[in-house]
Amino acid sequence: MIFVTTGTQDPFDRFIQAIDLTLPYMNGVEVVGQVAKSDYQVKNFVVHEFLSPKDFEECFSRADLIVAHAGMGTIISALVKEKPILVMPRLAKFGEQRNDHQLATAMRFDKLGYINVAYDEVELMHMLKTIQAKPLTPMFSINDHASKELISSLSNFINL
Amino acid sequence: MKILAIASTGGHWIQLLRLRPAFDEHEIVFASTKKNFNTTVKGYDFHAVPEANRWNKRKLFHAFFKIWSLIGDVKPDVIVTTGAAPGLMAIIIGRIRGVKTIWVDSIANAEQLSMSGKLATYFSDRVYTQWLHLANDKIVFDGNVIV
Repeated sequence: MIFVTTGTQDPFDRFIQAIDLTLPYMNGVEVVGQVAKSDYQVKNFVVHEFLSPKDFEECFSRADLIVAHAGMGTIISALVKEKPILVMPRLAKFGEQRNDHQLATAMRFDKLGYINVAYDEVELMHMLKTIQAKPLTPMFSINDHASKELISSLSNFINL
Repeated sequence: MKILAIASTGGHWIQLLRLRPAFDEHEIVFASTKKNFNTTVKGYDFHAVPEANRWNKRKLFHAFFKIWSLIGDVKPDVIVTTGAAPGLMAIIIGRIRGVKTIWVDSIANAEQLSMSGKLATYFSDRVYTQWLHLANDKIVFDGNVIV
């Protein structure tokens, strides 16, 4: 199953439409979507506007691949659960976000080799088609907590 | 000591929870902008506060007073936040009320500190960035939430 998530804040039609248009070429793979208020009408998969933390968790665990906006919450969850993840950053020039921090994050994590990134919808469609033959694998995994340095630095400052 | 740990939903909240070992020896009160997030911190005191951003002044005002009264009720010794706007408001209120305040800027801000983070440097006792290249004499880097 592929779990598609855009976060709950703003629409991301460019991303959703690319997935919807590619699905007929993906041999009937199951897709579940958590999609914030979209203008585009999804035809080829089930979408929920908001999932409770529990349902979100369930979809996440059941998924073989996460396809998402480049939101930090989703990226961290994928790294913790060792799920392969493909992200497409929201861009300010299309009104998908107020600034380009998702692009900056995606580029950094792409360079570190933590995540798969499609920088636009054409690249996303291409990557979705090719994962049929060559599935993505988790690239990096992380622990349940922040780094020891950050924890002890915070702890020291709290106790100061 | 009593710690108020507050953050908006999504990545802000997930990053806040990853800092929990730093708070565990203290009494923790959590706050976020979605009521059902209480399920993610079972066994802890949890409060929902209104969502706000700097583009809607009326909501911002409303949220400010809700967070003001939350802090008045909880009476924390320390306020920790990973953002965004509600966290900044908690930092400002904490400053006014003489509470120790800590801002941890989201790891999503890799090119520059977030707008709220930049404002927080004027009010917060401690500001962390999660990127070494963004640290300076006022902004501390001591690792990040993803290891």
